[in-house]
Amino acid sequence: MLKLERRPTPSQFWSRATPVLAVALTVVAGGIMFALLGKNPFEAIRTIFWDPLFGEFAWYLRGQLMVKAGPLILIAVGLSLGFRAGIWNIGAEGQYIMGAIAGAALGLAVFPTENRLIFPAMVMAGALGGWAWAMIPAILKTRFNTNEILVSLMLVYVAQTVLAMASTGFLRNPEGAGFPGSRNFSGYEAARNGFLWEGAGLHWGGVMALATVVAAYVLLQRHILGFQIKLSGQAPRAARYAGVKPDRLVVLCLGVAGALAGMAGLFEVSGPAGQISIDFNSGYGFTAIIVAFLGRLNPVGILFAGLLMALTYIGGEMAATNLGLPSAAIQAFQGMLLFFLLACDLLTNFRIRLAKREAH
Amino acid sequence: MFGGIDPSLLIASLMMASVPILLAALGELVVEKAGVLNLGVEGMMIMGAICGFITAVETGSPMLGFLGGAVGGAALSLLFAVLTQVMQANQVASGLALTLFGIGFSSLLGQSYVGIKPPHLGAVPFGPLADIPFFGKVLFGHDLFVYLSIAAVAAIWAFLKYARGGLILRAVGESHDAAHALGYKVVRIRVLAIAFGGAMAGLGGAYLSLIRVPQWVDGITAGAGWIALAIVVFASWRPWRALLGAWLFGGITVLQLNLQAAQAGIPVEYLSMSPYVITILVLVLMSSGRGKTALNAPACLGQNFHAAR
Repeated sequence: MLKLERRPTPSQFWSRATPVLAVALTVVAGGIMFALLGKNPFEAIRTIFWDPLFGEFAWYLRGQLMVKAGPLILIAVGLSLGFRAGIWNIGAEGQYIMGAIAGAALGLAVFPTENRLIFPAMVMAGALGGWAWAMIPAILKTRFNTNEILVSLMLVYVAQTVLAMASTGFLRNPEGAGFPGSRNFSGYEAARNGFLWEGAGLHWGGVMALATVVAAYVLLQRHILGFQIKLSGQAPRAARYAGVKPDRLVVLCLGVAGALAGMAGLFEVSGPAGQISIDFNSGYGFTAIIVAFLGRLNPVGILFAGLLMALTYIGGEMAATNLGLPSAAIQAFQGMLLFFLLACDLLTNFRIRLAKREAH
Repeated sequence: MFGGIDPSLLIASLMMASVPILLAALGELVVEKAGVLNLGVEGMMIMGAICGFITAVETGSPMLGFLGGAVGGAALSLLFAVLTQVMQANQVASGLALTLFGIGFSSLLGQSYVGIKPPHLGAVPFGPLADIPFFGKVLFGHDLFVYLSIAAVAAIWAFLKYARGGLILRAVGESHDAAHALGYKVVRIRVLAIAFGGAMAGLGGAYLSLIRVPQWVDGITAGAGWIALAIVVFASWRPWRALLGAWLFGGITVLQLNLQAAQAGIPVEYLSMSPYVITILVLVLMSSGRGKTALNAPACLGQNFHAAR
């Protein structure tokens, strides 16, 4: 009979090792799933994890890695601050959409002016859009004690309808012959988020993501605010005695997460996506939740987790075209990863002991 | 503005539209009464929707389909039970995992079922009663599950209020340590509650794919599971108020669809976002009212239980 014994302090070793173990278990379970779908599991796993990095088209796909990882990291770092403090913002997808709309609207409003300041202004507007959208659950939480999980999630659906309105209405390309979708930013030099380093797939979004990782690391390790965030997550009562104002923290964590998600949306719409369209959002806001946990809510961990998750996106697309693996399989695969991660966390907080059955 | 809408039809379709969220909300209500916060309702619902759909199409029997839906939802909820009750994982994160996985996995299962019509489940034959003007349509023109869902409200209310089992369940939700000290098996009771919640959410999902829509489309639940979670808060953990809440949201959904069809001059987008916006407004109203909702919440909601001894 196995018995769980709570560790006095979480194990440092297992805290590092669980993500690796979880990924390994997910690969095994995913292989079984692919086999059940009638695909060769070894070939599928190789296509997803190996070929994008070292295969025939690696020269192109390696660049794609940062393109996909950028927004994931940017959003996940923001979310991780809140998750650490016990503030559950799960509506990053909506903040991402609203950031993209706000930033794109500014760019399109001044079209076709050419000015160096346009792109930075768009980034600011994107951050502001995401921030404003995140302020709705934040203010409702602090003023009316409304559950931020439900409100932020509901706002994703609202944002999606706003996106539909934007692409068929107020942001529609006037020269687009009535088709939905905005003007394409690829033809608008001042507002375009082009590649800074083509081979590495690095655009301003990637740079921002890397800078955010560093900033968040410093915040959590060296700043009083980071300490307060960690403290209120682990011991809310102690935090209140230590003078931490919970309301301020809610506004701050949601605001930062919203602003980062909004920026990610703007970088995407002005770069890889190119335009506002009805199905512009691709679920980064939800996948970022997995990334945040896979990175153990640690900025550096999130950097690696984001790259790994980007790999499953790219590998999944390759497996879809080469092996006919349904794209939904990758979504299920990513969900599975979160399951294994949460399950493996047991090892961090508990010791598993062999215990003799006691007499009752 | 309401010119083209027949009120008896509106009420009848309101009752139909509210069934999925009512079933899911009732299940979640029992789970939360046991002190467990399962945010995976959306995922369990969508798994129920696809499992029910596949079973119904393959067997040709809608009733077996509903059974399949309940089994699908319960199976996924057991994953949550293992994670939170055995592995001591965070309940919020596990619930989210359930939803993310359920949406992906259901779309994987449903690949070859897009565009198929499921077998039809007709209205319960009430004979001449259904021909009564107005009331016939409102009260006696529904399929079995409309009546079953209302019966479930009564059953759960009675169970929680009068049955010994209900008392134990509430004790576990209010203070798991005290319940444990009294010798109740906290983990076992919670696992049973979670499985019940999963089965109810699965039934609700199956109702969506078999009767309400009725076909399989990716992401068929479109937030219904989250609205069910909001209804539990709205109901402040009381079954009859959950029925009220479900009818309110069913009414809004039906009304906005009717207004879209009637081209009432309100842009379609405003109408289709209205259920979500109104959910938020209702949540605000409920939670701001002198903290009464918070007082009614089970005291151990969302806390994991680990028996040290």
